[in-house]
Amino acid sequence: MTVSAAPMTIRFTLNSAVVDALITPHQSLVELLRERFDLFGVRESCGQGLCGCCTVLVDGHAVSSCLYLAAFADGAEVITVEHLAADGRLDPVQEAFIEAGAFQCGFCTPGFVLMTKQLLDEIPDPSDDEIRHYLSGNLCRCGAYPEIIAAVKLAAQKRAV
Amino acid sequence: MSDVPRFSSGQIGRSLPRLESRAKVTGTAEYIHNLRLPGMLYGKICRSTVPHGRIRCIETRAAAAIGGVHRVVTAADIRTVIAEPYYGPAFHDQPILAEGKVRHVGEPVAAVLAADPHIAEQAAQAIEIDYEPMPAVFDEVEALSSAVFVHDQLKPAGTFADLKHLVGRRDTNIALDFHLRRGDPAKAFANAEQVFEHTFRTQQTMHTPLEPHVALADARDGSATIYSSTQNPSFVRTEIARLLGWPENRVRVKTAFLGGGFGAKVYVKVEALAMALSLLAGRPVKIALTMEEQFFTISRHASTFRIKSAVEKDGRITARHCEVFYNGGAYADIGPRVAQKSGFTAAGPYDIENTAIDSFEIYTNRPPAGAFRGFGMPQLVWAYEGHTDLIARGLGLDPLEFRRKNLLREGRPHATGTIMRDAATAAVLERLAQRIGWGQSFERGRGTLRRGRGIAVGLKAAISPTTSVATVAIAADGSCTVYCGTVDMGQGSTTAMAQIAAETLGLEAEAVQVVAPDTDVTPYDMGTLGSRSTFHMGHAVRLAAAEAKTKLAALAAETGVPPDTNLPVAELFRRKYGMQAGTVVGSGSYLPSYAPPDHATGQTPNATPFWMIGGSAAEIEVDTETGLVRVLRLITVADAGTPVNPRILETQLTGAAIQHLGMTLFENMEFTDGQLRNPNFAEYKIPGIRDLPEQLTAEIVDAVQESGPYGAKGVGETGTFAVAPAIANALDDAVGVRLMELPITPEAVYRGLRRAAGDPLPEE
Repeated sequence: MTVSAAPMTIRFTLNSAVVDALITPHQSLVELLRERFDLFGVRESCGQGLCGCCTVLVDGHAVSSCLYLAAFADGAEVITVEHLAADGRLDPVQEAFIEAGAFQCGFCTPGFVLMTKQLLDEIPDPSDDEIRHYLSGNLCRCGAYPEIIAAVKLAAQKRAV
Repeated sequence: MSDVPRFSSGQIGRSLPRLESRAKVTGTAEYIHNLRLPGMLYGKICRSTVPHGRIRCIETRAAAAIGGVHRVVTAADIRTVIAEPYYGPAFHDQPILAEGKVRHVGEPVAAVLAADPHIAEQAAQAIEIDYEPMPAVFDEVEALSSAVFVHDQLKPAGTFADLKHLVGRRDTNIALDFHLRRGDPAKAFANAEQVFEHTFRTQQTMHTPLEPHVALADARDGSATIYSSTQNPSFVRTEIARLLGWPENRVRVKTAFLGGGFGAKVYVKVEALAMALSLLAGRPVKIALTMEEQFFTISRHASTFRIKSAVEKDGRITARHCEVFYNGGAYADIGPRVAQKSGFTAAGPYDIENTAIDSFEIYTNRPPAGAFRGFGMPQLVWAYEGHTDLIARGLGLDPLEFRRKNLLREGRPHATGTIMRDAATAAVLERLAQRIGWGQSFERGRGTLRRGRGIAVGLKAAISPTTSVATVAIAADGSCTVYCGTVDMGQGSTTAMAQIAAETLGLEAEAVQVVAPDTDVTPYDMGTLGSRSTFHMGHAVRLAAAEAKTKLAALAAETGVPPDTNLPVAELFRRKYGMQAGTVVGSGSYLPSYAPPDHATGQTPNATPFWMIGGSAAEIEVDTETGLVRVLRLITVADAGTPVNPRILETQLTGAAIQHLGMTLFENMEFTDGQLRNPNFAEYKIPGIRDLPEQLTAEIVDAVQESGPYGAKGVGETGTFAVAPAIANALDDAVGVRLMELPITPEAVYRGLRRAAGDPLPEE
């Protein structure tokens, strides 16, 4: 096995700005976003695409960026949690997470927030079962799930106004 | 929960959101996980592949030859910077890197340094280690009589008087034995009308905080800063200073928010290795474990608990003998304290005149076990509350009535002899019964889906004696900063401490700044563990704030302001200094009263500063065709004294209950010949959103901890105690199957059903 391989340049839209990055073919998107762009709301935890801490939106769809090669982001639109309140105003999903107390340690929170955003973009008024279905790939070891479900419902209300 | 202010400033009892909420939802909250320093190297670890073996040779040349590798390090290199590289909170038994032999699979043997973490990892995999395999022992009961010894000799830390008798003990796997004797158990058993005896077991599990252990050490010019995801900054400083022979003031330990802890991050974990590597490299070194590596670092003890009770026909328990064997794995970590400090509560929340407890911490060749949210309690409650139900059923008594009859009530002596005070055990039990609707008929299901209900209550003593120190500073503009070493790992301590300071000073909690732990800045704190912070640090912050308030009053007097004048604090500073200048500092130090237990009998008049009571009631549905258990209702009730922040407290309780559904139903570190088969989330499942019970509630009973700050006490572990036995008791109620071992998997239930039907499946 060898780690070094020919670097390549990719161009993609990151949080509304067009950016270029020199990457290695094996590099994951989570590593690129953290190490090159200092976006620490993206977090690697299980490294297997099972916990959702590294969730980002690629062309509007939540992906596990620990398994998603940076090379795949070439030409795509990538959104991280940092973009949601870029203008200083919290997204309704973020407001709802605060009001519902939907986190404890906060390490998994950006992943839940982004997954909730995709859910509400696709289903503005989700049922309990739809909420559980969409969020079943995000893990919270502190067990804030009841508050997270409440937050999703609250966010749906806020967005409907 | 009601949100009624009970104290004058209205800050205690306020359900305000966590003060760092905005940072957490925007992804900007600080974690050590995110930290980089200029010139930093990454350290990656090469780990043992055998459970017990002599190291014949470590071949590092191929690894060192890889381009970009700064250095490959083994135990011999560690010895050039640390003369005696063994650490641990109770025993100095754990080498920074294995020396001579390895004692568990996954033990660190060598490390590689490189600027690129991928190169460091590749090189770590290129290290070849030749082992001479040794016989190994994995089971805590087998280890008692095994000829295999994990350690040649016990090495208790010299600082503890109560461990001195263990120094130099050889040829044993018993790291610590704790004994308690009250009354005359032998006589009571001899005269008993009926004796019930059971053996319960629990599995080894892992905390899996989503931010895995991480430490970044920066040693230079004879001093060092360690940035760590630790729950114990003060302890890490003391222990690193001891290893180096340096004064404590040359070691600085800083933390940030922790991405979960649950006990995994107490005491030294990766800090000692990071420190040694930084000394060797002359550069900052970061060690960030993977999720997989965490499983080899620390875990919850597997256990065996033999429990025996003498019972009168009327249902009164007259004697109990508890033998508890905690499987501590290869290194003691805090296990000896688990065996001792939780061991003494092994007889449960019952009023039993004659009690014997023998509790043991056992070395085996498994990954080490330590503290995990409950400090040994969930294992104990699993056993004694299962035993309680089995006795009730054996006597034909209602399990609730049987508990009522034997409950340890206020003013009665605990097994230690300590008189129970501020322990709302009866209230917790009654509230649980009311909430689940005990005694009322309910839908019991039909056909292949059967329902049942169960109840269980646990009692824990807060660990003592421990100290917390805090300072509170009032700046010249009147703003308030709290300096305390309590680590916020999600439990909400930052918010709670701000509320306590604000209550004392008459401020709004939102206006109080709480500084992240930094041993150069924040005073000593024993650690963020054992649900101790609200009580101990809460007192220290209260005392510090009260002293600051007194000094402000003195400043007012000095500057000619009459008492009770509503002059802004900033005006006092202006009067004194002629401008916005100066600081008022209050300090507070808290050490609760405590009497150590007698070595032979475990008796003490003052076993603990406070008791924690946590109960669960469950209603479940069992699929008799598959053995699958679905939890329909899970109710948690606790005595937490007076809540500082009712909403965060409730979240703590439900979160603990959800976490322990995992331990109850599926989490299990599975071994074959000492090899862990499932150290990852693909094969070690933790509860997800789909595992939530249909109904999940948590509440506290109306109670006050008279000795607590504003009536409060700890609650972080309380929701964990009784989840597993409540569900096992419900299973028995539903289908008449009693499981004596965790987890309650569909296979275990199905095997139980087949056994109950007289048609058992063949064992594997």
